[in-house]
Amino acid sequence: MDRYDTIVVGAGHNGLACAGLLARGGQKVLVLEAADEPGGLAATREFHPGYKASVAHSIGHFSRALVDALDLESHGYEPAVRELPLVGLDESGSHVTITGDTVTGVGDADAGAYRSYRQRMARYAEALEPFWSKTMPRIAPGSFRDMLTFAHLGWAIRRLGKADMEEFMRVASLPARDLMEEQFSSEVLKAALSWDGLLGSRMAPRSPNSSVLMLLYRMAEATRGVHGIPSGGANGLVAALVASARASGVEIRCGAPVSRIRIDAGEEGLDAVGVTLADDEQIAAERVVSAADPQRTFVDLVGVEYLDIGFTNRIRRLRCDGLVGKLHLALDGLPEFPGLKAPAGRLLIAPDVDAIEFAYDDSKYGRCSDDPVMEIVIPSLADASLAPQGHHVLSAHVMYVPRRLRNGWDDAAKEAFAERCIERLAHYAPSIRDRIVYREFLTPADLDSEYRVTGGHWHHTEFAMDQMLMMRPTYGAAQYRTPIPNLFLCGAGCHPGGDLTGLAGCNAAREILR
Amino acid sequence: MSSYDAIVIGAGHNGLTSAAYLAKAGLKVLVLEKNDYIGGAAVSRELEKGWQYSSCSYVCSMMRQAIHRDLDLSRHGLLLVPYLGTINFGDGDERLLAYHDEEAAHLELKRHSPHDADAMHRFQTDLTRYSQLIRKTLLRTPPDPTSFKPRDIMEILFLAKKFWALGEKEIYEYVRFFTMSAAEFLDDYFEDDLIKAAMASPGIIGTALGVYSPGSSYILLHHVMGDVDGSIGAWGLARGGMGAISHSIASALQAHGGEIRTEAGVDKLLVENRKAAGVVLENGDEIRSDIVVSNLDAKRTFTKIVDKADLPDGIYEKAKNFKIRGSSGKVNIALSGMPKFTGVPDNPYLNRGGQGFCGSLETMEKAYDAWKRGRWSDDPFIESVIPSAWDPTVAPPGKHWMSNFIQYCPPKLADGPWTPEKRDRFGQTVIDKIERYSPGFKDLIVHMEVRTPHEIENEIGLTEGNIFQGELTIDQLFFNRPFPGYGQYRMPVKDLYMSGSSTHPGGGVSAACGANAAREILKDLKRPNTVPADDFYDE
Repeated sequence: MDRYDTIVVGAGHNGLACAGLLARGGQKVLVLEAADEPGGLAATREFHPGYKASVAHSIGHFSRALVDALDLESHGYEPAVRELPLVGLDESGSHVTITGDTVTGVGDADAGAYRSYRQRMARYAEALEPFWSKTMPRIAPGSFRDMLTFAHLGWAIRRLGKADMEEFMRVASLPARDLMEEQFSSEVLKAALSWDGLLGSRMAPRSPNSSVLMLLYRMAEATRGVHGIPSGGANGLVAALVASARASGVEIRCGAPVSRIRIDAGEEGLDAVGVTLADDEQIAAERVVSAADPQRTFVDLVGVEYLDIGFTNRIRRLRCDGLVGKLHLALDGLPEFPGLKAPAGRLLIAPDVDAIEFAYDDSKYGRCSDDPVMEIVIPSLADASLAPQGHHVLSAHVMYVPRRLRNGWDDAAKEAFAERCIERLAHYAPSIRDRIVYREFLTPADLDSEYRVTGGHWHHTEFAMDQMLMMRPTYGAAQYRTPIPNLFLCGAGCHPGGDLTGLAGCNAAREILR
Repeated sequence: MSSYDAIVIGAGHNGLTSAAYLAKAGLKVLVLEKNDYIGGAAVSRELEKGWQYSSCSYVCSMMRQAIHRDLDLSRHGLLLVPYLGTINFGDGDERLLAYHDEEAAHLELKRHSPHDADAMHRFQTDLTRYSQLIRKTLLRTPPDPTSFKPRDIMEILFLAKKFWALGEKEIYEYVRFFTMSAAEFLDDYFEDDLIKAAMASPGIIGTALGVYSPGSSYILLHHVMGDVDGSIGAWGLARGGMGAISHSIASALQAHGGEIRTEAGVDKLLVENRKAAGVVLENGDEIRSDIVVSNLDAKRTFTKIVDKADLPDGIYEKAKNFKIRGSSGKVNIALSGMPKFTGVPDNPYLNRGGQGFCGSLETMEKAYDAWKRGRWSDDPFIESVIPSAWDPTVAPPGKHWMSNFIQYCPPKLADGPWTPEKRDRFGQTVIDKIERYSPGFKDLIVHMEVRTPHEIENEIGLTEGNIFQGELTIDQLFFNRPFPGYGQYRMPVKDLYMSGSSTHPGGGVSAACGANAAREILKDLKRPNTVPADDFYDE
């Protein structure tokens, strides 16, 4: 049997992207996936006979460069043609709709303020954009090339001009609430614009330091943060990544959970030499690339016995508890939201910034809020194959749902909270209950066990200032290389972070091929 | 009518420091104070005959020793006496006692958790190390990061070099520490709830953040990076109350020929030809000067004292958006005897220091949750000290004075404006909580002063009663303080400067803001610098 150059652990979108690029670089690559289907959190799963959904329900800033590099369009990927407006739902039915550069449903002052806010944020996002697809240098007396990256970053910010730079340095660490309070008066608008700075993280509107950077990260790419659903949904992207990878010779084995990454501790030091599967099959390779999260990779798959105690300590300290629950509803027809022509878009239930804050408060003490906030998408509007003819699927990201409930998660607790979510939903879509055929609620703990993501965290580990850039996931593993030779990382726990972007996989492939 | 080289608005300790250094350089200086006493938030006031109330600030550790020495404040009457012990009260019967004696302190920690007793040394060492870098910036002017002036570039290089020299591990730990929450930071070291709560308390004092909010661990550092006589992290009292600090600086100022006028509230800044030309007092008097230094907070300065028409575009809005939410209250009590606390061993040193009624991180965080909703918690965090236990000058013999600092207290209540009745109910909440730990406490009360943010704003002029003259979050620290582009003490009106804690390095009785402002003013006037450099203990 031919020996593999590289084994990629995990067929999430980053693993697939990395594998595809390595194969195009001439390597013989095997991707091992524990689940029966590739795609990770973007994989579509049948949650009720005839009804399908994926955890990720729309795409905001997938890397255009990666689409081109992997030729995804000729493998069936069709980027969304129609943008998904962001709709802040209002109980009275006068909703706030944000479509790229314009907003409706607010006063003239807010509409004007939104335009200048949007332009300014777009300028910042553009200045930062090149750095998401760069390898961040080590913090150490490094090479000239490394220092150049920092100089480049400094210059990109300085080039914004004095006034813009000053403002950037101030707002970069501002809590979302303060940023919004400074410019807008509509409560629904403030909450809606905060949303992308908070979703998926342990951050509330009053939390300083990281939410503006999250907003700017999500405004990378030409879409500048406007979401869309590609044809075939998130799974359309996964299918294209799989097709592209296979076309360039990548072998993908699903239902093949890796139980250990094998480390050879020979006289010349440590070396990653392959993997052991759950059924004890051993597969050898020149190198192993893990798309799994850092804690799972180092603590479970490698084993701390091969790691320096300080490094292990930093990995164990990573903040990996997710706070987003997932509600899937199978519906026998399209739900009606009074005041909306069609429920197309990302619909937000977050009446004001404090509603988000107070929902967060409960999660601090291991409780679920009585008034959860959520983002709703009806993906079956864009992809009819997700539900039987005439039926629909409602997919909602619900915040803030603790990974560890104070009294533990059980079916009763899940049912009670799902019921609470539907009650909230019914405020805005009164007839929703009559349409529900089936409902499913996934807690972060479920995402952990179902998708093998530690803590069920969207970004594998918190996207926060101290776990960012050359410190993501921690120094010593932030350049996709790890302390163990021939073991690499390529998942969302690496720079630049999570969401469907493919950048971590892409950056890792570049470093490996170098 | 006489005119001055410089007028300082507000006789807080920073304003007095700034004035002292200008006077020392030979300038003719006048300090104007609206109250009939000086000191701003660093005061000793005889509100009850025989008792000296440190009505606002109550503990001293940030005071720059270089300034203390340089202005010879000891000769002007300032004596700092360190804390000797501390008692932390848990939600139930648990007590955590901090002894000055190292072995006793260790044994006490071990009683709660052997793990934490071992971790404490690592914790203290790490905190001290983190504080070293920031301490270096306290008596320096922040660079302007957008500037290409040699001076700014040199300062950026100086800081970059110091930062880089920390090395990979330290830089990582530093950024982590700087941006995370106090609770998460403490989780790295400790397991015991009460120990964590006791260590977290400096992270919330004066802030609009909770122990679980990112950024609160920096506030924690801000409170422990000071020193008493070179002992970093130590806290102490000013003998005679906090007013001793203001009075000693005022005395140094007067020795250099400076003047102070009380009951002289400033109404407006006088601007002529787009430059500051003096001030108009509330009584209509006009006093002229070459330069004006505002020791008021940034919001008050630019929304009340300076006419909007005299400001460049956008500054008024920046001032309005300046974050200066009040979050603290103060209950000052004259006692007829020493209160006895339950569950505390009889050790004379234990009373000579603070009492923390903190319970657990969750109790503290819930107090923050209440504040967010415009209420005060029924179970607030209280940090107390009974200075009379080891400073006999602040209460009559046998009697005592107790300072209670409360976190959190909202500047605006959800159910309408503050009223004297609500203020008294707030005071009642506080003494009810103390009574739980000291039965009979209420019977000892001779006189009580309750100050919510409402009183603090009205009496000493701190907007919303914010004790730091502006929140200490990254967007308002260092070169961003008070606003980007104005981090070097020069303000948007020519010849107007700021010297209060709205400027770098922020709140705390450090005298650094005022001294830094003086240094910049003297530079503009092309006078020799009179402000000393700080002590770098690690070099």
